[in-house]
Amino acid sequence: MTPVSDAMQTDSANTVPVVEVLSADKVFANGTRALSPINLTIQPGEFITLLGPSGCGKSTLLKMIANLLEPSDGRLLWWRQNYDQVGSPGRKLVMVFQDATLMPWSRVQNNVRLPLDLAGDDRTQADAKVAAALELVGLKGFENHYPRQLSGGMQMRASIARSLVTEPNLLLMDEPFGALDEITRNKLDADIIQLWWRKKLTVIFVTHSIYEAVFLSTRVIVMAARPGRVLKEVLIDEPHPRTDAFRVTQKFAAYAKELSELLAQASVSGASDL
Amino acid sequence: MNKNRDAVMKWVAPLLVGVVVLVVWHALVKAFDIPKYLVPSPAMVVDTLISDWGLLYSSLMITLKITFGAFFLAVILGTVVAFLFVQSRWIEVSFFPYAVLLQVTPIVAIAPLIIIWVKDPTAALLVCATIVALFPIISNTTLGLRSVNPGLVNLFRMNKASRWQTLIRLRIPSAAPYFFGGLRISSGLALIGAVVAEFVAGTGGTSAGLAYQILQAGFQLNIPRLFAALGLITVTGVLLFLLMVWLSKLALGGWHESEVAQES
Repeated sequence: MTPVSDAMQTDSANTVPVVEVLSADKVFANGTRALSPINLTIQPGEFITLLGPSGCGKSTLLKMIANLLEPSDGRLLWWRQNYDQVGSPGRKLVMVFQDATLMPWSRVQNNVRLPLDLAGDDRTQADAKVAAALELVGLKGFENHYPRQLSGGMQMRASIARSLVTEPNLLLMDEPFGALDEITRNKLDADIIQLWWRKKLTVIFVTHSIYEAVFLSTRVIVMAARPGRVLKEVLIDEPHPRTDAFRVTQKFAAYAKELSELLAQASVSGASDL
Repeated sequence: MNKNRDAVMKWVAPLLVGVVVLVVWHALVKAFDIPKYLVPSPAMVVDTLISDWGLLYSSLMITLKITFGAFFLAVILGTVVAFLFVQSRWIEVSFFPYAVLLQVTPIVAIAPLIIIWVKDPTAALLVCATIVALFPIISNTTLGLRSVNPGLVNLFRMNKASRWQTLIRLRIPSAAPYFFGGLRISSGLALIGAVVAEFVAGTGGTSAGLAYQILQAGFQLNIPRLFAALGLITVTGVLLFLLMVWLSKLALGGWHESEVAQES
């Protein structure tokens, strides 16, 4: 690699692919093949959802992108670099988990400040960022609550605030709203798409909800199980920022139909492998 | 309103039971004219407590000294051992069976040995009581330090947290509820250990604890004094337990389910 200045690196981070999955696969120690070799390129500003039945390896793929799992073969690149470059300005990656994973002993503002505390940031600046993040997710006034005093949706909002406080470029979300009721989920979906648009984020979002995938994504990666693999990619051609009105259009229904047919196909092909 | 009534109930109901028991006890002793060397009346026990206070008080102080000393040692030692155990599975696997061995061996069986090995009687009692109180601290704290939400572990990893940051900010707070559970059990065991060890050791003279007073009172058929000493041990145990409950509430009151359940 030719030496380049830091400034140029930061600049180029806006144009190079955010994530490249290069024929990465995953075989677990017990011999289970979680993922067949996958090739996937994610460009800056995309909102990608990984959609598929359980066991299709969508969470495994996301964990590999988060560097929480190593691929058994193949490799991944982040902004054309190895993972050790992740975390520098313009190359920040954060993850929102299935559960809110808040520390029950810490008040909301301390939970949200955690990434900044761990990085050893200045306290006054950190507090200002925390206040801004809490306002962004609609949790202003709940700074001093304990997580158990919040509803499930609000806990998830706190978790999102914590992920935003480091000003990330790539946001990974692993079925973040799966445990919430549909009304709360729709509200959070609408909010997350606003955040993505305003903050110019790149998002990779795992879900098993077809409607969530259509509403959120610029591109849906449909996955099939046994072995986990990419079945098809579907571009959702609808301008942004989207609002709830999109949910009741013919176009939305047509995309939902296409995806549910693909999913049915995914389950059939999975069953025939048994 | 309802909450207030619950709080009153929580204190008044058990107190009422206690008063009823004392009244019935007193009435039975009077009605059947039971001699005081078999069952003394509660009033007589209180009288003895007052008249023998000098003797009982100094014994109580000795027992308290052993109890708190052993409890303190058990907490320090148990916590250190638990931290060693969670450093590696190998350490835990290799040494945990011996911690269990220490727990299942009856203290009365090894106390004579300890009394022979440790010359100073107070120190011998301290060692016995510490052995009894140690295990709950080790097992609870080890369990607690291991019971960390895996999602939070991932979160700390993704934020490149150091081992030290993970210990201070994640493992220790996660272990706290288990640790305080261990304290409650261990504090009671320290008292039991102190009393049992003294029964076995039978040390008298200036370092005579409440157990020695019970033994002596038994030999002399001074049953009112026996009851008074017994009462002091019981009250000490209850106060110790309440102290632990209070400490636990102080530390976990804001967030842990075990401490906030009563509010909701």
